[in-house]
Order: sequence, then C-alpha cells, then structure tokens
Amino acid sequence: MNESATIAADAAPLIKPRTSKDDRIMVGFILVISLYLLITLAFPLYAMLSKSFSTYAFDLTNFEFQINTGDGWSEPFSAAAQNEKIQKFKPEDLVTSSDGRLAPTELFPDFSFRSPTLYRLRQVRGDTSFLFKTERVDDTEWHEYSSNDFRRIVLRASGATGLDNFRTYFSTPALFRSIENSLFIAFLSTIITVSLAFGFAYAINRSTMRFKGLFKLIAMIPILVPSLLPGIALVYLFGNQGMIKGLLFGESIYGPIGIVIGSVFFTFPHALIIITTALAISDGRLYEAATALRTSRWRTFWTVTIPGARYGLISAAFVVFNLVITDFGLPKVIGGQYNMLAVDIYKQVIGQQNFEMGAVVSVVLLIPALLAFGIDRYVQKKQVAQLSARSVPFVPRPHKNFDRICLGYCSLVAIFIVGLIAVCQYAALIKFWPYNLSLSLVNYNFKVMDGGGWDSYTNSIQLGLYTALAGTIVVFVGAYMVEKINGFLATRSAFQFLAMMPMAIPGMVLGLAYIFFFNNPDNPLNTIYGTLAIMVICTVTHFYTVSHLTAVTALKQMDREFESVAASLKQPFHRLFAKVTVPVCLPSILDISIYLFVNAMTTVSAVIFLYSPDTTLASVAVLNMDDAGDVAPAAAMGMMIFYTNVCARLIHQFVSRNLVRRTQAWRGL
Amino acid sequence: MTRKIIRKNTLIASIVALSMAAFGNTAVAVDLTVYTAVEAEDLARYAETFNQDHPDINIKWVRDSTGIVTAKLLAEKNNPQADVIWGLAATSLLLMKSEGMLEPYKPKGVEKLDKKFVDSGAVPTWVGMDAWVASVCYNTVEAAKHGLEPPETWRDLLKPMYKGHLIMPNPNSSGTGFLDVSSWLQMFGKKQGGWDFMDRLHKNIARYTHSGSKPCKLAAAGEIPIGISFAFRGAKSKAQGAPLEIIVPAEGVGWDMEATAIVAGTGNLEAAQTLVDWSITRKANEMYNTGYAVVAMPGVAKPVEYFPPNLLEKMIDNDFEWAANNRKAILAEWLKRYDSKSDAK
Repeated sequence: MNESATIAADAAPLIKPRTSKDDRIMVGFILVISLYLLITLAFPLYAMLSKSFSTYAFDLTNFEFQINTGDGWSEPFSAAAQNEKIQKFKPEDLVTSSDGRLAPTELFPDFSFRSPTLYRLRQVRGDTSFLFKTERVDDTEWHEYSSNDFRRIVLRASGATGLDNFRTYFSTPALFRSIENSLFIAFLSTIITVSLAFGFAYAINRSTMRFKGLFKLIAMIPILVPSLLPGIALVYLFGNQGMIKGLLFGESIYGPIGIVIGSVFFTFPHALIIITTALAISDGRLYEAATALRTSRWRTFWTVTIPGARYGLISAAFVVFNLVITDFGLPKVIGGQYNMLAVDIYKQVIGQQNFEMGAVVSVVLLIPALLAFGIDRYVQKKQVAQLSARSVPFVPRPHKNFDRICLGYCSLVAIFIVGLIAVCQYAALIKFWPYNLSLSLVNYNFKVMDGGGWDSYTNSIQLGLYTALAGTIVVFVGAYMVEKINGFLATRSAFQFLAMMPMAIPGMVLGLAYIFFFNNPDNPLNTIYGTLAIMVICTVTHFYTVSHLTAVTALKQMDREFESVAASLKQPFHRLFAKVTVPVCLPSILDISIYLFVNAMTTVSAVIFLYSPDTTLASVAVLNMDDAGDVAPAAAMGMMIFYTNVCARLIHQFVSRNLVRRTQAWRGL
Repeated sequence: MTRKIIRKNTLIASIVALSMAAFGNTAVAVDLTVYTAVEAEDLARYAETFNQDHPDINIKWVRDSTGIVTAKLLAEKNNPQADVIWGLAATSLLLMKSEGMLEPYKPKGVEKLDKKFVDSGAVPTWVGMDAWVASVCYNTVEAAKHGLEPPETWRDLLKPMYKGHLIMPNPNSSGTGFLDVSSWLQMFGKKQGGWDFMDRLHKNIARYTHSGSKPCKLAAAGEIPIGISFAFRGAKSKAQGAPLEIIVPAEGVGWDMEATAIVAGTGNLEAAQTLVDWSITRKANEMYNTGYAVVAMPGVAKPVEYFPPNLLEKMIDNDFEWAANNRKAILAEWLKRYDSKSDAK
C-alpha cells in the first residue's frame, strides 16, 4: 500500500475507499445527467425569464418626416421631436407588444386625408419597420406619400429589454386579478381535499371496516385520468342540460364551484397517499398509553393522532395546493369566465400571440409554486425522525359504530369518484346529448374531429413507453450516482437541487420555456423541436422529482457497506450496480416506470405547446375536442386513457409480482 | 439447370425492378407540412381531392384553431416548420405578412378570383379560399322552454329577456370572436357606438368561450339557447339533427376569409407552389363549396344545405387592413372592459 492511501485511511476513520477510477467514472455520469438537467430545465427556464423582460416599444427617434404643403419640403424632423412639440404620447403610451401599431397621423393634429399635403417618411436605422397598406418597409430610404396614402401607414414597435411587461401586467386588472382567483381556488380546494383525504385515510388505517382494499383501489382512480376529465363529467352532471343540475340551486357549474369540485377529485389520491403514510407510521405505544390513562377517543385524536400526522397533513396540503394552482386543463374546461393564472398563460400565448406576457404570467405563477414547494421540503425534512426502532405499529380494534360510520363515509367518497368516471363513459356512448339518447359508438370516430384521431392515442402510448423507459434509466442512474458516490459534495448537492426543481415548475411554464429554448435557430438542439423526443424529454423532466425521490428512498435502504465490500473485493461499481443494486431496487424501479407512464398518458399542460402533426397526443386531443365543443368525443378519448392506464397498472402488478418473487426472496416475503 | 438460372435471374430482375419502383416513388413523393385551421372533418377530404391531381405530394396536416396555429407560426418565425398555410384567417396572414414570414407568389389563374380574395400586393402573398361568416345559432327547443323569441337583429340581443342565455367566443382567443367584435365596431361606430353596443350585450352574455365553434355546438347541445358563432358550424350541427335555427342579424354580419400562403424559407418551394396553384382552381373552389357558401371564384358557389339564403348580401364590407392594424388596441380595450365577468358574481 502506498503512502497516499495510508494518509487517506487515517484522515477518514469510516470505511471509505479513496477516489478510485470507479468514482471518476461515476462523477462523469453525474456530470452527464447534470448536463441533461441543465439543458432540459435550467436553460429553458432562463430563456423564459429573459423573454419576460423583452419588451416592445415605438422608437420615435428612429422615424423622420418631411412635409410639403405646396412650397417645398421642410427640414427633416424626428417623430420624437414632433411628439415633444405637441405633447401627444407619454412614454408609457409607447410601450406595447410585438403586435403593436401606431398611426403617425396621430402626431399631426391637423392631418386631413383630403389635403394636398405630401409626406415623406424614413427610418434612421434599419432595425424598425413600418407598414404601408400591410406591406412591410424596413429600409432607410425616404418614402413619399400623399395625404390619402399617409393615413394608411402604421409604425411598428421594436424590441428592448426592461420591466415594462411586469408594469403592464400589474396595471391590467383583468390579468392580475387571476392571482387572487388562483390563490382562492387553491386554498379552498386544499382545505376540502385534505379534510376529505384525512377522513378516508383515517378510516382505512384506524377502522376494521370491510372492503378496505376496494376503497384503496377506487381512491387511486383519479390518478389515471387527465385532470380535465372530471370537468367534462361535471358538465354532464350540473351543466344547463345536466342530469342533476337541480342540486346546484341555480348556481352555475362554470366557475369556481366547478373548478373546486374537479380539483378535489383529481388531487384526492395525491393527498391520500401522503396522509396514509403519515398515519401508518404512528406509534401504537402512544395509543396504549392513552388507553391506560383512560383518555377519551376524542382527546386521543387531538393529542396523539393529529400531532403524529401533522407533517403528513402539511405536506399533503402543499402538494395539493401546488397541483391546483398549476393545473390548466380543469379551469379551461369548466372555469367559464373565472380567470386563473395557468389559463392566462394559454390565453396570452395562444389567443394574443403575446409570448412576452405569457412569460410574465409564468414568472408570476412560479412564485406561489416555488413557495409551496420550499415549505413542503422544509416540513418533509422534519418528518424523518418520527419512527424509532422501538415503535410498535398501531393495530385497530373492531368498534361497531365507528366502523359503520367509516364504511358509510368511504362509500360516499367512492361513489363520488366512480360516479364521475361512469358519467364520462355514459356520455361517450350517447349519440347526441340531450336530444338523442340512443347508444352508439359515433363519438369514437376520432378521425373527423380535432386532436389527431386515433393516431394521437397510439402516439400517447408511445410517449408513455419511451418516457417510462428513458425516464427510469436516467432517474435511477442519477439517483444511484448521487447516493452512492464518495466525495464531490458540491457536485452532488448541485445535482440534488436540480433534481428537486421540476416539482415546483408548472407544466405550462416548462412547455413554454421549451419553445423559447429549443425553437431558437441558434440552438444546435433545435432539430428535436416538433419531434416525439422533445416531448419525452419534457415529460421526463416534468415528473423528475417524484421519480428521483422514489429511487433515492429505495437506494437509501441499501447499506453503503455494499459499495465498500465491492470495492474491497476489487469489483467495479457497474458490476455491483447490475448484480445487486438493480435487482434489490426492482420494485421501486417498476414503480417509477409506471408512474412515468401514467403521467405521460394524462399530462396536458407540459406538452400543449410542443406537439406537432405526427405527435398529437390523446390527452391534448381531449382538451382540443372539448374546446371545439365536441364534448362527448372528448369524454370518449379521456376514457380510453383511463382504460389504458388501468391495463398498464395490471401489467405492472403482474410483472412486479413475478419479478419480485424472483429477486426479493431475501426479504423473506 | 439453365432454366433454373433464367428463372432465378428473372426473379432477381423483378425484385430489382420492384424495389426501384418503390424507391423511385419515395424519391419523387414530397412531404408538405401544411398548417391549417380548416375544420377537422374536412381535412381528409381536402387532401384526397388534391391527391387526385397530384398524387406525388403528400400533405401532412397541422390542424388547430386559428389562434393556436397563428401562435405556433409566430413562435416558429425564426425556425419555420411549415411549408404552406392552407386555410387560415386572412387577418392572421396579414399579421404574418407584416413580419415578413410569407413568400410572395402569384399562382396560376389568380386573375379568375374575386379581387377581394387576393392580397393587394404587386405579387400577392396570400390568396383567399372561402369566407366564413358570423351567424347566431338559435336552439328552438331550449328557447321555447325559456319563452324566448328569435332575435332578428344584433340589437335585439340587447333585450333583457336574453339575459344569461347568450354565449359568444372570447375575441382574445378566437378568430370568430374577433371578427364579431371588429364587425360591430365597423357597423356601429369604431370610437363609441360599437363599444356601447358591446357594453350592453355584455350584460346578457352568460360566458365567453375560448373557441369560435363552441358557442354553436353548445347551442346545438342545448347548454345555452343562443350561441354567437359562424354559419358553417351551425349548418353542420343542424345536419346532425340539432334543433337549430341559423339567424343572420339584419344589420349585417362580420366575416373573415380562409386563405393560402407559402411560408418564406420553405425547402419545398416547387411543391408548395403546386399546392397553391391547385388551391385556387375551379375544382378546389367546388370542394370548398361543400361547406362554405361563399368561395373565392365567382360563379362557382351553389347553395349549401341549411345555410341561410340571405347570408351573402348581409356580409359587411370588411376592412381587413383596419382590423389588422387595430387588433392589438381593440383586444386590449375588450380585455379591460369585459374579461372579468367573474366580478359581477
């Protein structure tokens, strides 16, 4: 053994091999995956941020006039000087968007198109343009016009950078009111969802009621459908031709009511998973103590159950808040005139082609999302030390009345969930609601509708498979490197930070950022724009965080001694990785891939700006068909997504069970 | 033995010939990426009819609503993905023209078209196909339930009895919505009258939709008695059996045309020109006529089933240049006045 190795061993009392060739390879891997996250996340976001500061204004100094009222041409004077003379436009009047137009006749108070006055116009530099009868002029020549022609000239805005977009945003009530709306809806949905999910989780964990397995299955259904599907179901239930619209007592479902009900539906399973986990780790000994002290059930609930689950509750609240405030499909389908931030991005970009303002709204939307994310991370860190080695799992005892209440409650929730899905399937099979209620498959003839027909369905499955495959590899390898490498702390924490970021980035924002970044001719990667590849990358990035956390959790369960042993046996890390790590973590790896598949099938927001003719998607087709008023076909396609995801889940279950039997025998299952 | 060899040789030869034929075909066939806002149900028919004359050009459609296609094209300004735009609002094409995104081209036989349907430039940058015209879709069954009378004019819609029974598209996201607003401004007064009309109409509107065809489809489905939409959509829904009446308000109706243009920088200029040449032929105009009552070539149009007969004479003298140049200002004003309907609740 040489000297340096001895020193390294002295300095580190832990069993820690020195940086070896393996470590260097692993750092190489980390750098590659970090680069991947930089390119697919950090750079696009930067591109979007800079877009939000790119403004348009009329540069009056660049336009010069000459006038001839019959006695020869006047000296050239700039539009800026003329503006100063007549005090027409204030500087803020000159701020506009890329689509802005300014008629120069506004600068000449006594202009009349009948007068014989002649006008000349030129641009000092060639970086602006004006339009004459829709023809674009961007040279620096003098152009001569009669009065009648001069009125058909409009000046165009030129680009600059500054805070003007934000100023415009906050001075347009129709826009900034969305902040209030979004926060209100998100708060309300969060409170309702978390309460409902807590009750459900409590019933599952703490009662001995029957059908627990069935209830757990039903509660997971909303994960399998796009978030806009409950919106469609609500239209059929409570719309003006709704089956049970009387229940709303004349209130309109289009607006806050619809958004909140739909949000509760699609966020319910997310909250339930977190709260169930929190309740499941509670310590049975505390309850034994409470019973021994003859504490009432009510008091035990408030002094033991709630404090024990508080981190789970808070975490669930922030996850739900984030999901609701960044969701786009649901408010678009059922929001009516109720503006929300995520829909505003869509309206700015798609309706007005105002990409700069879209970027501004994105930045605004990032703030609450980032905040919620930050607080959630903070809380999650505290949660870790809840369960000690001496804890005893809580075992519920039968309690007739309580079990009955639980059963009743869970049945109600289950009816709500199954009901909405059933309504969608029913609507999809009706020929022409509400005038022709005969059953038919005419709504499945996607070819004659928007959205790309059945191709979009196969595209979605392709996207799901590629995302699951590529995503699982990238995520798991990345997590392995970050978890099992020695040293290189800075690289690892930078990577960890990048890996956590996607959770805070709304899908709409990510998609828009991708346009700005990848559709730039100077970007050598612009060839992937419009392909399936960019959507796979976008989807992997969008759902990176949860997959990464799942992988890290699985890897943390494996003692680092494995690495030490392998190193002492002079085995390269990739051998250990292939022979031990991957088989041991197989259940988690399969979980990651099914998570990615299901989300790729249902996501709308991230890919809405990115699809091309060959890559239309089923989830986007649902949105587009609904948008065009083909609500029943939209429901039909939504249900296709649901059935596909159910099948994928079943296959996943089957494969896991078989593989687990083979690879997890050591767990003693 | 010899026979065997000969047979073998013929086999090889035929394989070679076959593969050459196949190869030859793929070499000649050109893929054209065509951006369009034409209704989805018509796309396959358009491509099929075109391929009867030009089987060697394969059209790849990118279909979306007007706003989305326009946004896509503008987003791709510096890295264009489209070869041809076939069937997009002329107002959108004017916007692209002002960005220098279109390739001027004078298609063969352009002189046969109505002048209104051809760009005014020396070499036109776009040529029109057909006009889509605003109309009111009126669900007779639902209206009867609410005791409504059919409106005859735009101003009729201001009557208090229609309160909450009207839906129209949001001009900020829908081309149809914008042509309604721009036509009201042109008919009732650009400075004041038009806005006064909309102020009062706004009081009766239940909500604004994102898409222009949706109000009519909602009316067809009975979600709302009256949807302000366009005639083509109404006729289609009526053909599907919806209890609709298509009303053309007496003051006149706004319209926009669907038009065709070549995207500057296309790698398939020749094929693009072939398509644009074909798009203004008599055959193409007859094809448009199955859905649209007004087409670019005079004398072609035959009455379309379920179309209101007086539609043609009610089309206003639309000032596209004014609409394009003031679009930004109109939309900003509209947003300021009406895009916070939720406040009233």
